[in-house]
Amino acid sequence: MLLKNNGQKVLGLIIAIILLLLFICASIIYGYTDTTWKMALNAFQHNNGSNEHLVITTVRLPRALIAAAVGCSLAIAGVLMQTLTKNPLASPDIFGVNAGAGFAVVIAVTLFSIGDLQAIAWIAFAGAAAAAIGVYIIGSVGREGLTPIKLTLAGAAMAAMFASFTQGFLVIDEAALEQVLFWLAGSVQGRKLEILLSVLPYLIAGWGIAFLISSKMNVLSMGDDVAKGLGLNTVMLKIGAGIVIILLSGGAVAIAGPIGFIGIVIPHVARAIVGIDHRWVIPISGLLGGILLLLADILARYVIMPQEVPVGVMTAIIGTPFFIYIARRGFNAK
Amino acid sequence: MADAIETKNLTLTYGDTIIINELDLRIPKGEITVFIGGNGCGKSTLLRSIARLLKPRTGAVLLEGSAMAKMSTKDIAKRMAILPQSPLAPEGLTVMQLVKQGRYPYQTWLKQWTEEDEEKVNRALKATGIQDLKDRTVDSLSGGQRQRAWIAMTLAQDTDIILLDEPTTYLDMTHQIEILDLLFELNEKENRTIVMVLHDLNLACRYAHNIVAIKNQKIHAQGKPEHVINCNLVKNVFDMECEVTIDPLFGTPLCIPYGKGRCIIKRAEVGNG
Ligand SMILES: Nc1ncnc2c1ncn2[C@@H]1O[C@H](COP(=O)(O)OP(=O)(O)OP(=O)(O)O)[C@@H](O)[C@H]1O
Ligand SMILES: [Mg+2]
Repeated sequence: MLLKNNGQKVLGLIIAIILLLLFICASIIYGYTDTTWKMALNAFQHNNGSNEHLVITTVRLPRALIAAAVGCSLAIAGVLMQTLTKNPLASPDIFGVNAGAGFAVVIAVTLFSIGDLQAIAWIAFAGAAAAAIGVYIIGSVGREGLTPIKLTLAGAAMAAMFASFTQGFLVIDEAALEQVLFWLAGSVQGRKLEILLSVLPYLIAGWGIAFLISSKMNVLSMGDDVAKGLGLNTVMLKIGAGIVIILLSGGAVAIAGPIGFIGIVIPHVARAIVGIDHRWVIPISGLLGGILLLLADILARYVIMPQEVPVGVMTAIIGTPFFIYIARRGFNAK
Repeated sequence: MADAIETKNLTLTYGDTIIINELDLRIPKGEITVFIGGNGCGKSTLLRSIARLLKPRTGAVLLEGSAMAKMSTKDIAKRMAILPQSPLAPEGLTVMQLVKQGRYPYQTWLKQWTEEDEEKVNRALKATGIQDLKDRTVDSLSGGQRQRAWIAMTLAQDTDIILLDEPTTYLDMTHQIEILDLLFELNEKENRTIVMVLHDLNLACRYAHNIVAIKNQKIHAQGKPEHVINCNLVKNVFDMECEVTIDPLFGTPLCIPYGKGRCIIKRAEVGNG
């Protein structure tokens, strides 16, 4: 734990907020189209309709806000999943929740040509919920009930299943492939602000509830029996946390496609910084998740300029070594 | 006066396997009750069900006369604490954080942390002798220290009824006696009802007012140790030959098992069947 007392943690939180704002600014300014701080300010104050100003207000700004919101949501969903399943590898992407939402959206957009943003959000929630419930049920089959190992296997299976469904479907329907390919790799680019705004209320609800249940998550992390003995309604809490996970990962996928690694990496980084108290881990994870996705998205513009790498690929490049590190520490790491 | 806990026609199962069958049990208020029985006979299962951690297949558990199923779980937590068998703290949790969780039932949105909470936590740390460990992480402690930290959490809950599943496992002899003394004192001075599972029959006889021997999904015997513990009971419940004499210090029953081992005195062959 890097920050020991509450004073340091408050300071850490403030620094994280400032960093997030700085990265949002950086995301607005840096990229293929040359822009400066001054231009950005002008674009918001008196937009003259120039190419630069348009890029800033209609492309860069939505992109920055989307990256912040999506990164924050995936990270918080990861924290909740890891505590809920007592599994350090749990996250919306590893457990197939993102893939479920992704599959649902692909089908909806291509097969049924659904374009309404609200409808797409709800379809993503439904896909996320189906995957989450599927993982839970498959993971619970058998005598010992839900165990971390079984849950992980069920999650991996679910992720693989939905990913291959999606692929299989796109192989058959090539026109659909064009339409969703970039989105499927995970991307915050080329999205309009309306997409974010249509999902934002659900994300805000998710962030809020996550923060409100944070001290209950602390109790739950001591194990079901102890938590129940302390008077925690574990069933209600798990359902509540499950709904938050579905809102946050479904919402994130609806906006930006299935972006991996943030949900697994960030909670561990946050715990290394502020310890295991969810009242700190949840807000810090949210901020760090936003920062990481903003950073990945800025880097994605420069790797093969003038082309762009999907941001999901960037997070994978950053996240994979970390994932292996966690996996190697094993399930009962001390 | 209503019993602290009463079970009525209680049947407990895992899947279709019956563990406890149609049990009527009364646990008197203000006494120390100890469950004994062989491994896997269902002591933990029964204790968990009394603590509402396991739903009964049939029957009910009453807390001071009223059905627990109808009470709010947080209210129960203010009256009854449970220390499950071998609980596992999350990696990185400090002793202080662990013990503080014992105050969870008293916290509300408005009232987060009070003087009283602080005082109860400090008292629990002191009673279990782990003040010096309070900033260590639980996973860095020895088995015995860890066990005491968990007991401190249970004490911080400040309940009239305390249930403990094998609170003395992992403890060295000194700390076994210390913990049992602590529980005994809580019972004597503050009249708290204590229900626990113990494997050490002799300590059970010394500290318990009331022994419940479990065997074959049922209560095999219940009562004061001096009335129920004899070599017949031990033979039936534990399937073990032993001699029961009197504890020279306390006068309570003392069970000395037969078996192999180095015998360095002459003794008459005992007729065991
Ligand atoms: N979660 C579970 N699912 C299925 N069976 C279980 C479960 N927990 C316990 N059992 C079985 O129920 C029986 C009673 O277990 P319990 O833990 O109550 O025994 P115990 O008397 O506390 O034993 P010990 O002295 O070893 O702690 C055992 O046969 C055990 O295998
Ligand atoms: Mg047991």
